[in-house]
Amino acid sequence: MSSHLDGNALAGALSDVFQGDVTAASARCAGCGAVSVLAEAMVYPDAPGLVVRCASCDHVLATIVEAGDRVFLSLSGMSTIELRRRP
Amino acid sequence: MSAQPLAPPGAARPRAAWHAATVTDVRRETPTAVRLTLDVPTWPGSEAGAHLDVRLTAPDGYQATRSYSIASATPGGVVVLAVDEVPDGEVSPFLTRELRSGDQLEVHGPLGAFFVWRPGQDDRPVQLVAGGSGVVPLYAMAAAHGATGDGTFFRLLYSVRRPEDAFFSDELAALTGPSFELDVVYTRAAPEGWAGPVGRLDKGALAAATIPASHRPRLYVCGSTRFVETIATWLQELGHAAADIRTERFGGL
Repeated sequence: MSSHLDGNALAGALSDVFQGDVTAASARCAGCGAVSVLAEAMVYPDAPGLVVRCASCDHVLATIVEAGDRVFLSLSGMSTIELRRRP
Repeated sequence: MSAQPLAPPGAARPRAAWHAATVTDVRRETPTAVRLTLDVPTWPGSEAGAHLDVRLTAPDGYQATRSYSIASATPGGVVVLAVDEVPDGEVSPFLTRELRSGDQLEVHGPLGAFFVWRPGQDDRPVQLVAGGSGVVPLYAMAAAHGATGDGTFFRLLYSVRRPEDAFFSDELAALTGPSFELDVVYTRAAPEGWAGPVGRLDKGALAAATIPASHRPRLYVCGSTRFVETIATWLQELGHAAADIRTERFGGL
């Protein structure tokens, strides 16, 4: 049994969805309002997909489930993500 | 490890993609870990601290993917990994026990824009804190710092159980000098003739072997989840700002 990882481990799964690497992007938790970079979130990899939780309040920020050539992405636990335009 | 001119600050970093890799060298790094050298002709190079995902596909189509830190800011075409075996792991026992030169792997990367060090970003000193195999991305940063001749002061505090468990011992020792200081903590057993204490790091020892908060270092902490959270909490209690502490957790017990 292993404990959780952190949002650095999301870089691969999210690079298929977003342009560039979003793990250094800041996101606001829809549960407690804390703003943190995605890399600092807690990531639980043992579910059928990745479950991303707020490091401040444990609220589920996002889930990512890969099934063959499909990706099911929920970002409903984040109220805002600040992305940087590519140079 | 070879030197590579790193991209200037602000340059677009290489885009992540899937690459076919061929294992060209497998050597024992520690009693439980191996160092893998991969030939990846399409690899664009990576920033120091970046990682990649390795995907294994079983004959029945089942796939497992795990993230591994890249051990050096390697030039394009070559990737060095150091993989520690996770007991009951799905991927690491194959990599540490079964993999041979000539074998093929699928790798996805380079990945990670957060836990990276870029030469020349400013003149603040850099404190690295590693537990066990967590030293891999920090070694990449120290190697990039040495290779680019960047004058930033670096210090690495490395916690290992026993001397034989240390990754990149010779390479790290070779990097030490006026702009790179190495401190090793042995938690179970020390080398012969070791005058220092043996035992787990505590907050006092952490304070004594790291750059003080008054010098405003950037800090990078990597290790097991428990190690990282303990160290990050102590660093904040020692006066470092949370925003100056970048962390990477690899799980573990």
